Amino acid sequence: MIVRILGEGQLDIADQHLDELNALDDRLQAAVDAGDTEAFTGALQALLDSVRRLGTPLPEDTLAASELVLPDEDTTLEQVRSLLAEEGLIPG
Amino acid sequence: MSLARRIAALFRAKAHRVLDSAEDPREVLDYSYSRQLELLNQVRRGVADVATSRKRVELQLSQLRESAARLEEQARQALSLGKEEIARQALTRRATALSRADELQGQYASLQEEENRLTAASRRLQAKVEAFRTHKEVIKATYTTAEAHTRISESVTGLSEEMGDVGLAVQRAEDRTAQLQARAGALDELLASGVLEDATLPAGRDDLQAQLEGAVAGGDIDEQLDRMKRELHAAPASAALPTAPTPSAPAAESTPSAPSAESTSPVLSTESTAGERRDQEGTS
Repeated sequence: MIVRILGEGQLDIADQHLDELNALDDRLQAAVDAGDTEAFTGALQALLDSVRRLGTPLPEDTLAASELVLPDEDTTLEQVRSLLAEEGLIPG
Repeated sequence: MSLARRIAALFRAKAHRVLDSAEDPREVLDYSYSRQLELLNQVRRGVADVATSRKRVELQLSQLRESAARLEEQARQALSLGKEEIARQALTRRATALSRADELQGQYASLQEEENRLTAASRRLQAKVEAFRTHKEVIKATYTTAEAHTRISESVTGLSEEMGDVGLAVQRAEDRTAQLQARAGALDELLASGVLEDATLPAGRDDLQAQLEGAVAGGDIDEQLDRMKRELHAAPASAALPTAPTPSAPAAESTPSAPSAESTSPVLSTESTAGERRDQEGTS
């Protein structure tokens, strides 16, 4: 599975790690639903750490879409919300 | 749907809108390529802007540090002349300069990080531009409707995602640079006013340098007066007796030995605290 970390690039993650990632992804989603800023930061950090640890960076000239796109750790819950609320925010 | 999937879907939706809007999918290839080149230029400008801001902050940092050193020197000079008020003023301004420098140090680090990020983004995009250019010519050459559509869709989606990502990074860098510009401008004004460099410049009070210089000159004159008085006393011992008590009173007040001995210890103590502060700066 290809995962992108915004501002960092794409990584490829082997299928055997998907359960681990999905669990962390659920935690992140729960934090977003609850509007819990602290839990959001913690869950995002944990997910990013796992992706970086388990993933292999894709070559820079790869042209492939990602299945998951993660904001980087500086991103606030509010920024994520506004990103989701308005598609037009994504430039390019 | 999870957050990460939703964000990924947003990027895809964007690409699909572009693909759907074209009658011939091959148009999308050229369109995407030209957008890519535009974006690449934008990222490069972004890198240059951030670098400019970083250099400006760097310059301000070194100015502030020079100011702090100068003010410390002034404080020491003032104290050795027994002008404690001026010394206090200089040390207060030194503290302000140092705290501004601390704030700037943080901003400097974040700019540096932003610059590294953008540089990496620009490199990634550059690599993708190259890959896409080759790819698009191949697809165009082997164009057979259905097959080409899939392949175009794949590469355009991948590319569009990268462009969206890089676009976000550029936006973010622009925001951050704009915030910094405002603050840097205010600090430039403050530095230009000299208040953070020179405790002798007026900051709602008298010209301290003039006072300092006055004190130096005054010290010389007092010394000369004392010497003259002593000479006068020594020579006409009996004749000048009635006038003698009047000049001798102020002369005793400004005896050079007592106050200078007094002012030596505070100078030493400020030196040591200033030294400690400098050590802390060095380690942070």
